[in-house]
Amino acid sequence: MAGGAQGSGVDTAANIFGKACGYGGLYVFGRREYHSNIKGLHSYFHLRISPKEILANVNDVDLLAAFDAETAVRHINEVVSEGGIIIGSRQMNTKVLDIPTLPPELKAEHVRFMKEKTVGETLNDWLNYAKQKNVHVFHVPYMKLLSQIGEKLGIQKISKITRMINVLTIGVSFALFKYDRNLAEKAVRDTFSEKPRIADMNVTALNHAYDYAEENFKNDFKRRLEKTAVNEERLFLTGNQAVAMGKVLGGCRVQTYYPITPAADESEYLEANQILKTGGEDEAIIVIQTEDEIAAVNSASGAALAGARAATSTSGPGFSLMAEGLSWAGNSEVPLVITYYQRGAPATGLPTRNGQADLRFAMHAGHGEFPRIILASGDIQECFYDSAKVFNLAEKYQMPVIHLLDKAMANCSQTYPIFDYGKFKIERGELLTEKDLEGKEYQRFRFTETGVSPRVVLGTKNGIHWYAGDEHNEIGHISEEPRNRRLMVEKRMKKLELVEKEVPFEDKLKFYGDTDSENIVVSWGSPKGAIIESLEKLKQEGFSIGFIQVRLVHPLPTEEVKKTLEGKKRIIDVEDNFSGQLGGIIKEQTGIAPNYHVLKYTGRPMTTTEVYEALKAILTEKASEREVLMFGA
Amino acid sequence: MGLKPSDFRVPQVYADWCPGCGDFGIMNGLQMAFAELGLEPHQIVMVSGIGCSGKEPHNVKAYGVHTLHGRTLPFAMGIKVANPRLEVLAIGGDGDGLGIGAGHFVNAGRKNLDMTYIIHNNGVYGLTKGQASPTLRLGIQTKALPKPNINEAVNSIGLAIISGFTFAARSYAYDVRHLKETIKKAIQHKGLAFIDCLQPCPTYNNITTKDWYSGEDRKDPTTGKPQSRLYKLEETGFDPNVRDWSEDFQKKIAAMDKAREWGDAIPIGVFYKNELEPTFQERISKRIPFYVDRPPAKQKLGDENGFSKVDLTKFMKGLKTS
Ligand SMILES: Cc1ncc(C[n+]2csc(CCOP(=O)(O)OP(=O)(O)O)c2C)c(N)n1
Ligand code: SF4
Ligand SMILES: [Mg+2]
Repeated sequence: MAGGAQGSGVDTAANIFGKACGYGGLYVFGRREYHSNIKGLHSYFHLRISPKEILANVNDVDLLAAFDAETAVRHINEVVSEGGIIIGSRQMNTKVLDIPTLPPELKAEHVRFMKEKTVGETLNDWLNYAKQKNVHVFHVPYMKLLSQIGEKLGIQKISKITRMINVLTIGVSFALFKYDRNLAEKAVRDTFSEKPRIADMNVTALNHAYDYAEENFKNDFKRRLEKTAVNEERLFLTGNQAVAMGKVLGGCRVQTYYPITPAADESEYLEANQILKTGGEDEAIIVIQTEDEIAAVNSASGAALAGARAATSTSGPGFSLMAEGLSWAGNSEVPLVITYYQRGAPATGLPTRNGQADLRFAMHAGHGEFPRIILASGDIQECFYDSAKVFNLAEKYQMPVIHLLDKAMANCSQTYPIFDYGKFKIERGELLTEKDLEGKEYQRFRFTETGVSPRVVLGTKNGIHWYAGDEHNEIGHISEEPRNRRLMVEKRMKKLELVEKEVPFEDKLKFYGDTDSENIVVSWGSPKGAIIESLEKLKQEGFSIGFIQVRLVHPLPTEEVKKTLEGKKRIIDVEDNFSGQLGGIIKEQTGIAPNYHVLKYTGRPMTTTEVYEALKAILTEKASEREVLMFGA
Repeated sequence: MGLKPSDFRVPQVYADWCPGCGDFGIMNGLQMAFAELGLEPHQIVMVSGIGCSGKEPHNVKAYGVHTLHGRTLPFAMGIKVANPRLEVLAIGGDGDGLGIGAGHFVNAGRKNLDMTYIIHNNGVYGLTKGQASPTLRLGIQTKALPKPNINEAVNSIGLAIISGFTFAARSYAYDVRHLKETIKKAIQHKGLAFIDCLQPCPTYNNITTKDWYSGEDRKDPTTGKPQSRLYKLEETGFDPNVRDWSEDFQKKIAAMDKAREWGDAIPIGVFYKNELEPTFQERISKRIPFYVDRPPAKQKLGDENGFSKVDLTKFMKGLKTS
């Protein structure tokens, strides 16, 4: 784990570290935590690394690279016995309670902790406490190292190179792990590939720190990272990046957005890569930053009517503003895609933290009754493929599709075998061209068996039609006639039956573990990884338990869910919210209620450690019906 | 081919405005302008908001998108960006565009999309039964208002100009010839064109009525003829055209000065026009040279077997671990 004040290079350090591990054939899972702040407040990146695939974070920290006193203080109890803390050699007499960025409610906890464990008030006292618990503390004289590096590089002013402290910690870390320094060097070069001079400086710093640690910290630290040979290509990427690539694959050619965490990175990444290579002529995606989310959703609808595959990306506050536009799109049967990254809510909530409390909102936002699809991804790979699939769903069924994600996925970084995207097919649904229309009377909202009326995009010859936010007749003009109204409502709503019938099973539900067991977990979204890992551990210990991941959260595949839950002894609902929203929906729609809830609403994603403990407690009858998880600074 | 204005009628729809409503005049002006420009219905998309004015598209044979209250411009923008070859007209009420949609109005100017925006300026919220709209002046009490208007009016022409619209004009719903010509100029203008269309609302606006505009209350004592309150800028030698950036500021000031006139002498015609400012389409084309040839709405997406044609190698390059 690397942590420090925001703006001190924590992200860059963690990315370089993760990349270097990826180069060595290792799997990486990185969780990024940061305040809604630009500079000064605490942020950290927790990387889990293994030769085996990893799906989630755990509580333990083997090595903590603390860029500042606050990081050491906040995470000191996460570092395991025989683990290590890398920290500068100054500031040792800092009084913990004097750290200005620590909030009062946390200081109160620290006071309790100091009393309970009889720990003194300085950072040094705290580190001594860690040492008593067999944690190695590695003091690095950063300023001394920097002045030596400055000499090597011919730079007098150290202030010019203090930015490189993060790279020094990487050097020290890899030396402690005895990891191949060439891979670290490669990662540094790659990160600064557009600035070769900066890359050189950082490589010098990296090696200098590596040498220093090799010499001074000899064999104190026992944990090792070893590269392994792999025979597959892998990617190391974030959820935002996966979504962006998936969208492009799915044919998204207009993306609108108004900046908001944690959605904006996706749009910026798309804009940076807006020219798209294809087998033939280049294509392009237009990314528009609008004046607000109202404009974002409605201009995406406009673009969709004109025939472009269009999407907008947002999180809770923005989606709130989109409600009216969503209703319009539902009424006018617009193939609109909304990528919805949930974050800590309500209101501004925890803008940079995780949450899954918007499921019901996504289901019900917008006035009136109209069909919509909500597809929830549970990991980065699903983020990628689902981001492409949602456009097929939107166009085939001509309705808004909400791709429901969360901050944990958006901001985590993970290694994956390279995506095999060549098999993805564009399915545009019933789409008529000028030729199809020749000599015919076209009706945009023609009543049909399935409710889906063949679509014509704006500008097509022979296809003149109208849209109205008002209720309308088949051609699109305003109509308030009761009979027409009834038929129109039914036409729109019955498209959902088609969705339920046609969506492939693996896009509705996924099964893991022993689903025939009397114990079953239900969940959706980012807790998936921690649940699967917990199940594996529990299986090794002889417990039998299964997991159904709900992907199509709306329309809920009621029959399939019912079939899997019927007769189970323990149905355990795991979600990052207070009220167990999916559990509630399942109860409403199937009549079967989860009897246990594992919930978390601290804004930090679930770790395998805590999910495993909660599930085990439930299976061994040691838990309450409602387990609330708390881990994470 | 030569379509006539009547070819742009929609016979199956009953235009449900009040008798004498200015919206009829605007409908006629649109149909005439389209015919005279040689446009075909399928090349045109009329996007409207909510209000009496929002019903215009249903009465004109062209693609019609009747959207949400205040959201006319965002919808229009999405359509135009996706397919810049379409002739897009945004059409809405004064409440729609200058009240609930004012944020979009201002921000549209920053993009300078090549399209036309016509506001039906009737001083009231027609469809909700006559409340004050943002163009109603302070102290005026129209029929349905319980008290005189407590807010000052927004100057729509002035706002358009300082927001970056590159064409700003005013016309009058009952001078259909002038309106038609103004709409033609707006459509032909390269960039975002705004028309403030004075539109009598006989049902709720008993102050700025048709008779008021035409000056029935101030007949020439010698001829006995009403003296219209409207005068045409083009007949005064006013030159709104910016031919060089060096004269832009002065032209803007002159236009703003004209935009302040109200009461017994109300200018109609073009206040400001600048085609030097790059349009949004031109700005995008700088980044994406093939934008107009293959805009978002026209890209193929799939190959002959339906497989997505996109090659993600470029994206993945920076993310690979080997
Ligand atoms: C979000 C929202 N708020 C309020 C309304 C109710 N509403 C319908 S029309 C209208 C005002 C229309 O006035 P204006 O835009 O000037 O158009 P006009 O009827 O005068 O042409 C309002 C407030 C609505 N449709 N949507
Ligand atoms: S209320 Fe006014 S604006 Fe609306 S239709 Fe009647 S006259 Fe026209
Ligand atoms: Mg009005």
